[in-house]
Amino acid sequence: MSENSLRSTRWGWAIRCLVIPACLILLSDQRQAVAGKDELTIGITQFPSTLNPNIDAMAAKSYVLGATLRPFTVYDADWKLVCLLCVKLPSIEDGDAVPVDLPDGKKGIDLTFTIRPDASWGDGVPVTTEDVLFTYQVGRDPASAVANGELYRRITDITVKDDKTFTLRVDKLTFDYAAINDFVLLPAHLERSAFNEPAQYRVRTRYDNDPTNPGLYNGPYRISEIAAGSHISLEPNPSWQGPKPHFRRVTIRAIENTAALEANLLSGTIDMVAGELGFPLEDAIAFEKRHRDAYQIVYKPSLVYEHVDCNLDSPVLADRRVREALILGLDRDAMTGQLFAGQQPVADSFVNPLDSGYSTDLPHYRHDPERAAALLEAAGWRKQANGPRIDANGNRLTLELMTTAGNRSRELVEQVLQSQWRRIGVEVRLRNEPARVLFGQTLRHRQFQLAMYAWISSPENVPRSILHSREIPGPGNSFAGQNLSGFNNPETDRLLDALEVELDPARRHSLWAELQRLYATELPSLPLYFRSSVFVLPKWLSGVRPTGNQYPSTLWITDWKPEQ
Amino acid sequence: MIRFVSIRLVEIAVTLALMSFVIYGLIGLMPGDPIDLMRSSDPRASAADVARLKAAYGLNRPLGERYLAWAGAAFAGDLGYSRLFSEPVLSAIRPRLVNSLLLMGAGFTLALLLALLLGIAAARRPNSRLDRIVNLLCFAGVSMPSFWLALLVILLFSVELRWLPASGIATAGRGDLADRLKHLVLPVATLTLINLGPYTRFVRAAMRDALTRDHIRTARAKGASEARVVMHHALRPALIPLVTILALSCGNLVSGALVTETMYSYPGMGKLIFDAVMGNDYNLALATLLLATAVTMGANLAADVAYCCLDPRVSLR
Repeated sequence: MSENSLRSTRWGWAIRCLVIPACLILLSDQRQAVAGKDELTIGITQFPSTLNPNIDAMAAKSYVLGATLRPFTVYDADWKLVCLLCVKLPSIEDGDAVPVDLPDGKKGIDLTFTIRPDASWGDGVPVTTEDVLFTYQVGRDPASAVANGELYRRITDITVKDDKTFTLRVDKLTFDYAAINDFVLLPAHLERSAFNEPAQYRVRTRYDNDPTNPGLYNGPYRISEIAAGSHISLEPNPSWQGPKPHFRRVTIRAIENTAALEANLLSGTIDMVAGELGFPLEDAIAFEKRHRDAYQIVYKPSLVYEHVDCNLDSPVLADRRVREALILGLDRDAMTGQLFAGQQPVADSFVNPLDSGYSTDLPHYRHDPERAAALLEAAGWRKQANGPRIDANGNRLTLELMTTAGNRSRELVEQVLQSQWRRIGVEVRLRNEPARVLFGQTLRHRQFQLAMYAWISSPENVPRSILHSREIPGPGNSFAGQNLSGFNNPETDRLLDALEVELDPARRHSLWAELQRLYATELPSLPLYFRSSVFVLPKWLSGVRPTGNQYPSTLWITDWKPEQ
Repeated sequence: MIRFVSIRLVEIAVTLALMSFVIYGLIGLMPGDPIDLMRSSDPRASAADVARLKAAYGLNRPLGERYLAWAGAAFAGDLGYSRLFSEPVLSAIRPRLVNSLLLMGAGFTLALLLALLLGIAAARRPNSRLDRIVNLLCFAGVSMPSFWLALLVILLFSVELRWLPASGIATAGRGDLADRLKHLVLPVATLTLINLGPYTRFVRAAMRDALTRDHIRTARAKGASEARVVMHHALRPALIPLVTILALSCGNLVSGALVTETMYSYPGMGKLIFDAVMGNDYNLALATLLLATAVTMGANLAADVAYCCLDPRVSLR
């Protein structure tokens, strides 16, 4: 064989070795592109670090568990408290919620819940009060690393009536007494062995060591496959007795980069992008302009309240007139209109207009630069021909504004604030820090003047942790409070204390109104807007109802189906 | 040689011990911890919850005490538990290391083979049209940001042509070999294109230098075929600078490619290390960074030994 023919034979084999497998790979599976409508692939931007419902608070985990676990109570898309695992919400009127006098003289309440008779774990074992007692034992144990221990601390005792009925004794009678949203049951028959050593529970929980075990789930779906860092697959739970879920398989795929998320959506690799963990609003608006005909794009204002905290220890910001001038100097309507296409409603206080506690009877600060200038003059800040205002001692009216570095949306807003405040003679210097530095160090130690960030709450959430004077972070409470402005107002404290325990809805509403009025008048923080979450859904999908609160839309996944 | 290798192994062990202390200290100096971050996003988290969780995760103990406890356990073979991934450190690393070795290994090998092919061809005909085209492609490859290249590749092959999946490591419910390979094509192609430019430049420069040496002229004068001149007489000395580059690149095999992994949602070591450091997951960050350090140093040692084999004039002392 000649050298040439030998060489051509070698090349021939090389080409065959490369090309044939490549063709086979390309042609082997076109199923993905034409996936039937009995499968749904959802894109989110985070992968859950654990699947144990009570360890670590993480949006991605809540999203996955929404389809696989039923909490007793949650707030629905109308922000009303509803029962999912229980038969009904206990109420004082019906006699299954009974106020009691506690030995320490305080008022508590006994709440009787009944687990749905058809509720069972994915392995067929019924959900019973045994699971309730076990979950309570885990939640109460300080070594078990349960993320939110407050509810478990407040429950002082559980009395079991039968397999399905139990009574909780709660040490405080509050208006939202029926909400036990954080009480998410663990299957005692599977998890008890992992809890033999409470300090090792977070390491040994089956939710992380055997996550595809069907017995861990009592919702319409169970987890059938996990590719760490990539995707989680769900399949219908055979033991589920509720409304039958439509999809044979739901895949939740984690794609952190939003440009890649968009490319995956357009390529058909994913069918939809979840609003809970999806596109930032500005990306979604741009996407809508290009692809509005191909997708349903749903905006839902949420409970995420963007605002600017004023550090009231700063001599400049301690003057209420300066704070009012700052808010009057902002054209927030134009800002949300221009930056967010009007999809993020301007906030008047920390209470969202969709919340039942919302009041319209409070100051609304429209853009009024003349009045802002007058207030600054009255506060002793004189206008100069050039540059910022100065006081009697020649000090310049210069403030430092901080936010999370790398958050494009906030950085844009920050520039608008800087520009608008410059027009009323306030010089603003920007100093941004990564989230972990800003929240872990700077804000915690109140080393700021103005800080822009968000509060995340739940419907009718009493803002004790952010407004009560006892929550001002300092050495006394190991810098653990969240009242970062340092707002110390006895009337606010009184209203917060009264609000929590007021059972009468009408009186409670007037307390809410008073609290909002006080907040909007005193302005410890400057309200900006409520963030919206954006759901990008395929045209053929119906039944997805964004909630706008921290309870994910997947809790109602049985309503999701292809449009007829 | 045995003495040289033994001394270098001891040096590597000492460096790793020092590195572990430095990494632990640097992560500890970063302000904030995961519990602080959790508290800032969850208004229901009370001060009592924060204190209880810090104690449960051991974050309330002094840094030095925590380091000594980790070092003692690591010395006994227990690398601990990853707080971020809720599994033992080795279990968290293993699948991602395999993914990274597949991705980086394939990208690295393909880039190297193509670089040898293009670099040698360009060096043999300097200033020819082929040389200019190769140079142009190399500079384009070097200048192109990897995230942009990845996006272009995804848009072309996934969005427009719909030939290949845009992300992940497998289709849910499948995961057979063909499916895995299909998911590897685009990230491997991206990494290959990113690495191809610099490697080709190195090969071309080294070959250009080698082809002008006296012994090449002698070989040609003796009637050696062009293939023998290039592959035997020129390539061998040209490989020495390339071996250095390859040795330095070996660390990447286990430290992954953060940008490419992020763009393709490919769970590899790059993303793992980034998440571990940003999430203050001491156990995981230490294990992964020390692994990358050890592999880089080991590869450098191997490169030193390889010099000796490639060039008889080099001796190890």
